[in-house]
Amino acid sequence: MDTAATSPLLGATTAQWLIQVSYLLTAFLFVMGLKRMSSPVTARSGIVWAGAGMLVATLFTFLYPGMTNYIWIITAIVTGTAVAWITGKRVAMTDMPQMIALYNGFGGGAAAAIAAVELYRQAMHRPGEESLTMVVATLAVVGGIIGAVSFSGSLIAFSKLQGLIKGAMRFSGQQFFNLALLAVTVVLGALVASGQDVSTGVVTGFFVLALLFGVMMTLPIGGADMPVVISLYNAFTGLAVAFEGFVMQNAAMIIAGTVVGSAGTLLTQLMAKAMNRSLGNVLFSGFGDTGGAAAGGPVTGSMKPIEASDVGVMMAFAQKVIVVPGYGMAVAQAQHKVWELCQLLIDRGVQVRFAIHPVAGRMPGHMNVLLAEAGVPYDLIADLDEINAEFETADVALIIGANDVVNPVARNDKSSPIYGMPILNADKAKNVVVIKRGQGAGFSGIENALFFLDNTRMLYGDGQAAANQLIQAVKSV
Amino acid sequence: MIVTITGIVALYIFMLAAFTGYEIIAKVPVILHTPLMSGSNFVHGIVLVGAMVALGNATTTLEKVIGFVGVFMAAGNAAGGYVVTERMLEMFKSSGNKPKRGGH
Repeated sequence: MDTAATSPLLGATTAQWLIQVSYLLTAFLFVMGLKRMSSPVTARSGIVWAGAGMLVATLFTFLYPGMTNYIWIITAIVTGTAVAWITGKRVAMTDMPQMIALYNGFGGGAAAAIAAVELYRQAMHRPGEESLTMVVATLAVVGGIIGAVSFSGSLIAFSKLQGLIKGAMRFSGQQFFNLALLAVTVVLGALVASGQDVSTGVVTGFFVLALLFGVMMTLPIGGADMPVVISLYNAFTGLAVAFEGFVMQNAAMIIAGTVVGSAGTLLTQLMAKAMNRSLGNVLFSGFGDTGGAAAGGPVTGSMKPIEASDVGVMMAFAQKVIVVPGYGMAVAQAQHKVWELCQLLIDRGVQVRFAIHPVAGRMPGHMNVLLAEAGVPYDLIADLDEINAEFETADVALIIGANDVVNPVARNDKSSPIYGMPILNADKAKNVVVIKRGQGAGFSGIENALFFLDNTRMLYGDGQAAANQLIQAVKSV
Repeated sequence: MIVTITGIVALYIFMLAAFTGYEIIAKVPVILHTPLMSGSNFVHGIVLVGAMVALGNATTTLEKVIGFVGVFMAAGNAAGGYVVTERMLEMFKSSGNKPKRGGH
């Protein structure tokens, strides 16, 4: 960018300095904001800090010398902000993962758009305009492909979680096809970056293929793996933004993009690890759909039903109750009732804790958000490492809407597809009560050995209705 | 540009920022993973400033259209990311400051 040279405005230098200083401040506010977001006590102020940083950077960017099209810039900002603000305010907490995917896709698309503007400008060879150096053009191309993949891939992820696309689309030779598609995209990208005489058609072809690759790469991945994919695309967008930041000589974009790129990569790894999968496995194996892989040894014994009134007595006179919620609880919108039940127990002097598996909900931490929405204080919520030793001292483990994450076969049956996945040791509690709609197998189609244990009782019914019955039962004790 | 970011300086920035991002996430409790992913999603909304400059320098219709779409999406990323993150974090309360009963 040689904006200063093309527009020798008076005060351009001052404006440039102001912009640089504002970006420095923004980078500081972003890092401090993210830092504050890493503790529940300061998290709320963290997003406000980061938000202030965004505001500062946006306002000072208007000072850029040599810019035109102000009307269009402002119109785009106002409409984009309004649309996202309204949808963001309305979205239900259970739908949060796909909403994050959507906004993330927008960011990737914006990075790709920056690359497109720069590369089309280059391809048109207007007289009097410096062309991009090969390094810069390469960075634009790399950022462009990552951004485009993040954009189209995130839209597919959104559609899957929203139920617009059902199931995973696979055909034979798919991986070969995708690899070939990527190869052609990279060749076109190299051609564009080489600075040779390329027509605008090549640039268009490059972006179309990059978008198509994002779609083809995401389609075969099943719904259960989508959180990992969304997290990966979040990191992608960060990287794309950093690359385009180099192209635009914009320090704020480089720093913020890189921070998100590396943080997102780590977060993706943590998620994949919690599901006992490698990232490559998630992207290329095509497990995470419903139905299918129901393997593992046969489970012996029978499921033993119980009445809500008996569970009520059991919990009311317990010393310690551990609740294990799963996404099924959130789907049944039972979290408010469950918390009401727990408050009754707490008032009776029972020690109550919530045990959250890393993949409870649709992404790590999603269940915490859903419980927080119901008003559960975060210090009653414990994660896997924290709570697993405590099950042995618990009188009752109440499982509601969770299945695979409490299945003991993950510990001892090597033939099971979920063998090795860290689980909550709910089976170690003195009594286990499972609230479940019917007798079917779980999300992954794997029989749950926990349901057949001697100390397990099944309370059949819809999550919300069952929680209601338990509330009545505890009240009448 | 007054400060040009090239070559080795660019790599230094890249490396240090990468370490910063890693360090921030490494210590985060699982309960905050979703809000933090959402928060980092908001932070890359900074792509807005790049998109603004790209549109500000666009001359042909094609460049303007792409630039406009870029600014629109970037603003959506930033605004949407902020709203959902703020909504989620607002709900986190400790039992110290008496939570409201029953939700809505």
